[in-house]
Amino acid sequence: MRVRVNPRAEQAIVRGILIVLTSITVFILLFIIYYILKKGLPVLKLGFLLKTPAEMGKSGGIFSTIIGTIVLTLLAILIATPLGVGTAIFLTEYTWENRLTRIIRFGADCLAGIPSIIFGLFGFILFVMKLGFGWSLLSGSLTLAFMLLPTIIRTSEEALKSVPGVYREVSFSLGSTKWQMVTKVVLPSALPGIVTGIILSVGRSIGETAAVIFTAGSALRLPTSLFSSSRTMSVHFYILAREGISLPNAYGTAAILIIAILIINVVTYSLMERFIKKYS
Amino acid sequence: MPDTTERTAIRVREFSHYFGEYQGLKNIGLDVFRNEILGVIGPAGSGKSTFLRSLNRLNDLVQGSRVEGTVEIEGINIYEPDVNVVELRRRLGMVFATPVPLPRSIFENVVFGPRLAGIKDKAALQELVRDCLDKTTLWDEVKDRLQTSALNLSGGQQQRLCIARILALKPDFILLDEPCSGLDPISTMKIEESLRRLKQDYTVILVTNNTKQAARVADRTAFFLGGELIEIGVTDRLFTAPVDKRTDDYLRGRFG
Repeated sequence: MRVRVNPRAEQAIVRGILIVLTSITVFILLFIIYYILKKGLPVLKLGFLLKTPAEMGKSGGIFSTIIGTIVLTLLAILIATPLGVGTAIFLTEYTWENRLTRIIRFGADCLAGIPSIIFGLFGFILFVMKLGFGWSLLSGSLTLAFMLLPTIIRTSEEALKSVPGVYREVSFSLGSTKWQMVTKVVLPSALPGIVTGIILSVGRSIGETAAVIFTAGSALRLPTSLFSSSRTMSVHFYILAREGISLPNAYGTAAILIIAILIINVVTYSLMERFIKKYS
Repeated sequence: MPDTTERTAIRVREFSHYFGEYQGLKNIGLDVFRNEILGVIGPAGSGKSTFLRSLNRLNDLVQGSRVEGTVEIEGINIYEPDVNVVELRRRLGMVFATPVPLPRSIFENVVFGPRLAGIKDKAALQELVRDCLDKTTLWDEVKDRLQTSALNLSGGQQQRLCIARILALKPDFILLDEPCSGLDPISTMKIEESLRRLKQDYTVILVTNNTKQAARVADRTAFFLGGELIEIGVTDRLFTAPVDKRTDDYLRGRFG
């Protein structure tokens, strides 16, 4: 015998469960932010941002690690974006679906599932040892770039695919070459999606520890060239907390990390809003 | 078929089109005359859109597309390997079933093609926009908001914008793929009005699901069925005295 459910009761129950689930998610998120900021904010002074660490990070600030993080992330994104977006454009616009595209896509998906520490090990063997770049910003950013590639390829590809096919037909029928079609019609429409993928990647690379500690090292000095070893904020946090050097400074670093990611998100989304307005 | 070389702009001979194994067009042979409106009618899946898209090689974009036979436009077989497809598409402007303004301003939509072709002069572009919007009776409706998004126009206005965008290419042919299928009767009337005017300067091929529309605007009409050209002739004659029984059945609404 089937149990009869009052549709209205069902609606109310489902709604209730979904609200609870959403609340739990939001609560966890807010709690983490609250906890880190509460522990971290007391040590945040201008000096903390602008001074280079002293005594392994027990005193002084985190200036060199901020620089290390920015340089490493920027380089990684600069390397990964053209590679990833280029691959995505090739896959969606310049080739038919065939065995090759399936292999590339499968490869990207597998790459996305590999733990970051494996990337770290790979980067250590290839860039640090084999190519002789040593522990350096260069080794670190190349490793990070490889790690970010699958995300950028797949999000860009989804963004490109979501551009209606008829836009392409219209562009061609108005006498555009394929490249003009890609740059003037498809990319502007797909840009919000592509940028979202890049922002996700920025967040991941700022937060990455395992892959970086193996390849960029953990030097506390200000980096002077691409071949300098450098410490990122995440690595700094990890070492401060793990070695018990200074928990307050560790939380201070974490707070800066969280604030930085918040700012990056807010700024990019507002920029994107302007862009979307222009193209719609 | 009578010798019509003088007036022939497009000459299609023994033309077949395949998507992989599927044959969408079977051994088509017909002429399109200069400055006429050729109506193309037939039920869904009869190959009329495929035929239209063969003329500007838009079918090339579909995986597995392949042709046999020839399509000569002003004496040149457009399926020869050395044909410049970009140039070709500029000469055969196409309007699609659903109006597809690009997500840009009205002005930018009209100048999209000319910009690609390398026209940069501001005054010339402005003049062109005015002229093209005028020809599609859109100018008075949008002249004060050329810089606003084309997506805010009504369906009928969008479709006329799409025609204006085609005119800006200065094409020789205008291909329309069921341009009024989603429009109300008044918008449809306005578009038909534009077409009648345009035929003085352009050769128009109008694919339509609406046989009455062909009867209203087309000089000659071609009837497609199952990928074959069943009959082509002067519109009045084809509608009043079709030679083939299948044409008669279709026009009487017995199928399709």
